[in-house]
Amino acid sequence: MAQLPIELILVRQLAGGLAVPTFVVDAAGDLVFINEAAEALLGLRFDEVGEVSFADWTTAFAPHTKGGQQADPATHPLAVAIRQRRPVHGPLRIMSRDRISRSLVVTALPLEGSRGQLLGGIAMFWQPPAK
Amino acid sequence: MIVRLWGTRGSLASSGPDTAGYGGNTASVEVRSADGTILALDAGTGIRRLGAVIDPAVERVDVLLTHLHMDHIQGLGFFAPFFRRAGEVHVWGPASVTTDLRTRLTRYLSPPLFPVRIRDLDARVVLHDAPEEPITIGGFEVVARHVIHPGPTVGYRISADGASIAYLPDHEPALGARRFPEGPRLTSGFDLASGVDLVIHDGQYSGDELASRVGWGHSSVREAVAFGELANAHQLVLFHHDPSHSDAVLDGLTALARASATTIKVVAGREGDQYELPGG
Repeated sequence: MAQLPIELILVRQLAGGLAVPTFVVDAAGDLVFINEAAEALLGLRFDEVGEVSFADWTTAFAPHTKGGQQADPATHPLAVAIRQRRPVHGPLRIMSRDRISRSLVVTALPLEGSRGQLLGGIAMFWQPPAK
Repeated sequence: MIVRLWGTRGSLASSGPDTAGYGGNTASVEVRSADGTILALDAGTGIRRLGAVIDPAVERVDVLLTHLHMDHIQGLGFFAPFFRRAGEVHVWGPASVTTDLRTRLTRYLSPPLFPVRIRDLDARVVLHDAPEEPITIGGFEVVARHVIHPGPTVGYRISADGASIAYLPDHEPALGARRFPEGPRLTSGFDLASGVDLVIHDGQYSGDELASRVGWGHSSVREAVAFGELANAHQLVLFHHDPSHSDAVLDGLTALARASATTIKVVAGREGDQYELPGG
């Protein structure tokens, strides 16, 4: 596989040192990294799954309704952020791989290079304290 | 292709009896193709001597800047081709999202830091953003990519006559990596250096020195070796020597680097050294 853009390598390295769950995708939307905190939320280990295509991760972690119905994967905030090249912030309910429904808050941003080209995107998740 | 080193020091020119062997001039490398095209890689203090040996009849010279730290541009104002009315000098540098190359260079090439402005140079000066897609300059194919170093910084891959070199004088590919190298996809500069005949790479520090300078944008000699071997380059030239390193210290670091190498030939960049790279 070809080398990632330097900006994505740096974002990945930054994410690796953060306690905030973080998800990094490339310009095609393919997953290039989740950090350990995100692994705990999603119920998987990045070392086991490796890089995952856009179609696969948006399906696996598609937004869910409170009743457990899966929403359109294209409405995932990170998918919107890179497709529409705008920041997205809001609540998100997902079903982890270990079948636990989690209610999160997510901020997703497109990452643009110095020439304005889309390099990928980053999403950071927050799990609000239980009421 | 002929590669000649005119300055191999990093950070600050450091002439003196204890650095006379490897030289004290900052980054400057000449690359010539068989058709006579001349590239000057960076414009540290070494570029003054390079400029003095370029035939005044040469109509065009291209200066490829990796970044605009002082040790890479300080020699610009002393580069003879700028003062030849019939000549043309093309200067390439990393793009910035906020300020064009001319404005950034003018911060140095203008009073009070320097008496002559770019607009007052005799040669026709053309400024370009470094090419992220391969371009042709005379007999060379040149491509630039951003690499890990503070501020906008690129490395270059240059090919001609069936040979190729990579030039990454200021580079910290191990920054933030849990283990280094982590493989081609996650290694800054890999695409530039993959399979080249010669990689000129930052090897400023010993491992102990690097420990207290993480994030400054440079590599240890062992990291330079690891990078060169990951890229499957044929030969590594350690470059950007620390100004505090005497010839004796550099001899020791070079021995350390060679001891850690398994596949790559390692030399320390020495002012005046020349490499002739045969075509494939």
